[in-house]
Amino acid sequence: MPFIQRLFSFNRLAVHAVDGVSFTLRPGEIFGLVGESGCGKTTVGRTILRLVQPTSGRIRFEGVDITRAKERRLRPLRKRIQIIFQDPHASLNPAMTIGHAIGHPLKIHGLASSDKDVRGRVLSIMQEVGLTPAEQLYSKYPSDLSGGQKQRAVIARAIILVPKLIVADEPVAMLDMSIRAKILELLLNLKRKFDLTYIFITHDLATAKFVCDRIAIMYLGRIVEAGPVDRIFSDPKHPYTRALLNAIPIPDPRRRGPKTLPKGEVPDAVYPPAGCRFHPRCPEVLATCGWEGRDFIDYLEERRLNPEKVQRDEEILGPLNQWWARGFQAGRKIGKQNPAQLIEHVRRILAEAQPQMNQAVRDVSVRDRQITVEFHNPDLLGPKEVEGRLVECLLY
Amino acid sequence: MDSILKAENLSVEYFSKKGYVHALDDISLEIGKGETVGIVGETGSGKSTLAKAILGILPPGARVGGKLLLRETDLTRLRGEPLRRIRGRDIALIFQDPMTRLNPLMTIEDHFLETIRAHESVSDREAHERTVRALTSMRVPESRIRNYPHEFSGGMRQRIMIGLAVVLRPSLLVADEPTTSLDVIVEAQILEILEDLKKVSGMSLLLITHNLGIVSEICDRVLVLYAGKMAELGPVGDIFARPIHPYTRLLLKSVIHLETKELYSIDGTPPDLIDPPSGCRFHPRCPYAQTVCSEKIPPFQEFRPGQPASCLFGKDFLDQDNAT
Repeated sequence: MPFIQRLFSFNRLAVHAVDGVSFTLRPGEIFGLVGESGCGKTTVGRTILRLVQPTSGRIRFEGVDITRAKERRLRPLRKRIQIIFQDPHASLNPAMTIGHAIGHPLKIHGLASSDKDVRGRVLSIMQEVGLTPAEQLYSKYPSDLSGGQKQRAVIARAIILVPKLIVADEPVAMLDMSIRAKILELLLNLKRKFDLTYIFITHDLATAKFVCDRIAIMYLGRIVEAGPVDRIFSDPKHPYTRALLNAIPIPDPRRRGPKTLPKGEVPDAVYPPAGCRFHPRCPEVLATCGWEGRDFIDYLEERRLNPEKVQRDEEILGPLNQWWARGFQAGRKIGKQNPAQLIEHVRRILAEAQPQMNQAVRDVSVRDRQITVEFHNPDLLGPKEVEGRLVECLLY
Repeated sequence: MDSILKAENLSVEYFSKKGYVHALDDISLEIGKGETVGIVGETGSGKSTLAKAILGILPPGARVGGKLLLRETDLTRLRGEPLRRIRGRDIALIFQDPMTRLNPLMTIEDHFLETIRAHESVSDREAHERTVRALTSMRVPESRIRNYPHEFSGGMRQRIMIGLAVVLRPSLLVADEPTTSLDVIVEAQILEILEDLKKVSGMSLLLITHNLGIVSEICDRVLVLYAGKMAELGPVGDIFARPIHPYTRLLLKSVIHLETKELYSIDGTPPDLIDPPSGCRFHPRCPYAQTVCSEKIPPFQEFRPGQPASCLFGKDFLDQDNAT
């Protein structure tokens, strides 16, 4: 399924929910899409089912391009690709009995000869997913079931058509710790039994590590590292992968200790950072990673958390809200200040920033009573093969 | 150790159409000055009810038994103004979802001014200065003081909530799943902030969570709740390394972490608290249960110094541990 690329349109702002994501799924494997909220993992999953339409790129399933397939052609395909959502409560119609819900796909696709046939097949699949006593639960409503049971029903509904591919979007995230393992085990057993392939979407690296054969770590719509699970976990290469692994709380008090965490949070996907999207937070950032105007303003803002610098900065640089950032430049209108002196001050402030930012500065200049800080363009970034996995990072 | 808060035989019952829900039953716990105590349990274990009881924000109709002592004051007896004076000032709360707890129509500064003024009569200038200090200590720049909640990221909102909770320097902060809706990196950042805050202010922290990883990272002691009852209490090192109660053992075993080699889950589901199981409430799910477990309520007794548990066979588990 190479090359999916999509672009969402909300009003006039385009959110690059997923941007230039490519991967190929091998039959019978569990492929993990892993990342924090807003990284685009769910969008990729839904795009594969064509629940969202990719703006550009291609999706191929079993050799056939389905990117623009019409609804009529998609229907038979949907028998072969199913999805399991995160929230089992929201995935089941509260007015439909469990038996009815699980058997519904058979009716939709006209695959049952009679109601009796449906019932028989539903009961047998209920046994398969551990929804027992099946006879008794058949006529229950979702509200009568526990969270774990509901998720079993959702899984039963997904596999009753014996699909080839299942997109499992955070299938255990809403469940209590004590029953997560049960559902994961069920998914693994069903895979063996029915020869399934999974796309397993999760934010939980520990679960991904246990369940998946290969994973793709996503950040802000891009895959930053992808490859076999054992490689990535034993020796993560991308600084973001390292940061994620490092941040996971370890259930062993003997291994407590300070952590080096990336600063800040995932930025707005409407305006993703230039160059490597992780660069503003990256602990291993280089001068060539994509420093831009707003990074300078963020730096000024951060300085103001330091009470010693607040006043001096305010005097020299003026109020923060008078600064603008456009692409690789940041600047502001200056008053009666001496331009040469101001440039000198700004350079001194830059020298106190992390060296990589300072090195990335192309020029500090004053023209038409505007002071401008301009950064170099970043180096070109693309996925590279590094020790048996793909990494998108200038360190390699 | 001086204790900040002491629960004595605390119980909470809610009224529902089907009958009384025994949400918390016979909880006794002391939280020391500067201590971080974790409360863990599954959905329906009563952990959030405990937080609400401490803050006096149980839904109307809840029946509270036992005592909740903040120094000499029994919080369960307080209503109205006297309770309001304690809440926010001596005990503060942070919730799981900061977005729903901040008023969308108020700027961040207004939130702080309101909180400060509700408890103290201070000048505008002083209130403003305290707001700025609280925000900067949470790494929220002063320039954003007039922004509205929706203009902040999830992590920043949670930091604002924490700043708001501690601006009056409470002696106890109750945090109910403070990082559950956050991503793992931001979660780690928030935990770091809470720890730093504790170091500086010496306040106590009651951390309610289902995440045992978080407990192991920042708690001194941990209370394991099961179906509204105390299953086990102890220093975090002992609870993780040498748990007594089968529920604690199995809960730890069921955590999926980076070194998980084998999946494990506890059979069955948490019980209905309208009609909880007889004897030990865990017995229907306990692989070690004997007949007596359904007949006798296990006492909450100490098996190791500072590590009580409520299991009739706790002694046997302890001996097994000591033998291996």
